[in-house]
Amino acid sequence: MNQSYSRGSSLPLRLFLAVVCSAGLMFLDRYTDSSTQLRSYLTTAVSPLFYVASLPEKLFSGASEQFMSQQAVLDENARLKETLLQQSGQLQLLRYLQQENEKLRALLGSSAVIEDKRLVAEVLAVYSHPFSHQVVLNKGTKDGVTEHQAVIDDQGIVGQIVSVGPTSSRALLISDNTHAIAVRAERTGVRAIVEGLGQWDALRVMHLPHSTDIREGDRLLTSGLDGRFPEGYPVARVAKISQDASQPFMVVYAEPYALLDRIRHVLLLSNTPRIPEPPQEPLAGTAPQEQP
Amino acid sequence: MRKAGRIGFIYLSLFVALILTVMPMPQLVKLARPDWVLLVLMYWAMALPQRISVGTAFFSGFIVDVLVGTVLGVNALAFSVVIFIVAQHHLKIRNFSVVQQSLLLGLLLALYQLLLFWLSHFLTGVYFMPQYLWPVVTGMLVWPWLFWLLRRYRRQLKIQ
Repeated sequence: MNQSYSRGSSLPLRLFLAVVCSAGLMFLDRYTDSSTQLRSYLTTAVSPLFYVASLPEKLFSGASEQFMSQQAVLDENARLKETLLQQSGQLQLLRYLQQENEKLRALLGSSAVIEDKRLVAEVLAVYSHPFSHQVVLNKGTKDGVTEHQAVIDDQGIVGQIVSVGPTSSRALLISDNTHAIAVRAERTGVRAIVEGLGQWDALRVMHLPHSTDIREGDRLLTSGLDGRFPEGYPVARVAKISQDASQPFMVVYAEPYALLDRIRHVLLLSNTPRIPEPPQEPLAGTAPQEQP
Repeated sequence: MRKAGRIGFIYLSLFVALILTVMPMPQLVKLARPDWVLLVLMYWAMALPQRISVGTAFFSGFIVDVLVGTVLGVNALAFSVVIFIVAQHHLKIRNFSVVQQSLLLGLLLALYQLLLFWLSHFLTGVYFMPQYLWPVVTGMLVWPWLFWLLRRYRRQLKIQ
């Protein structure tokens, strides 16, 4: 018991040390570049924990699949076959269009679009701390994942890879507060930047002048101008516009297509730059600010 | 030797709390997820302040930072401050009834959330939303059960 008192006297000192250490860590993490490397080591070190944490859910979903009735499985199978048929039908047309597009591009002398390599990854953990929207994926450097790869699901853009370990990686979602992505409105071709707000179902379209032609329901696609995300993938649908003349810009909110809070499987796109580098003028603020 | 083995059980409980922190959950439940690690740390800092105090809180906070993806050091700092307060006043807090304890811990949890928000606001510019405070409410509701469970755990295993 005496021990507790003698140690108790040094508590403020220990708090002081802890405060100094954490301030140093925060500075290191936020304002230096070395942190990305550090983060990836740390991610590797703790990745077993994520595997353990996702175990119960895996067991449950495994069990529910086991007990699914045969009829349900047959139904599902029939449904999947139907969608597959429909989609491969559309794909045939797509192939033809792609060829035609390449020929036209060749005629125009513009750069050919490189086909993406894709990698399917499963989400190990969705950490939804309101201040950091990130997911941990079960693919790492061993599978060829690199930093800044774009992540999509079946609906649209999900985010980008920010740190990679050997068997797992961490993706920053477009809804994160520190994330921004360059987009183009499909209908009018207006370019804009979409920033995350820390909410799952809302993004904000930044710096649009009041005269911009934009409507509710407009589809926003990646423009590829940020040099991170390939061009043409759907990002969000314009959900709410409020015109307030006292504000310097329009206040526009958009709803992401990807179901960010429910993602299970995602596709990683290889980060081949889709735009020729030289003519690109420095776009201040377009590059996604990554969380170091 | 035997004491070293006993202390392992404290770390085991912290480990379980860390797993609960990152366990995948439906979105609605997740917003209201209690701060398990902090609650468990609070119990140990109250019961055995000579074993678990600011140092352990700092390291647990650091691990939480890594797991959660917040700026490194944010949780470490917030944990250290809150556990410092608990360890300083452990004799008083022990004498409260469980309900009083959970009210007091509610205040501390709110302090933790606000510290976290302030630091993140400075570092990454997040906006405040009232739903950030849900974990305070759930933490207060969970506390009596957690307290009972951990006390049983401590007495059964004679952790000192």
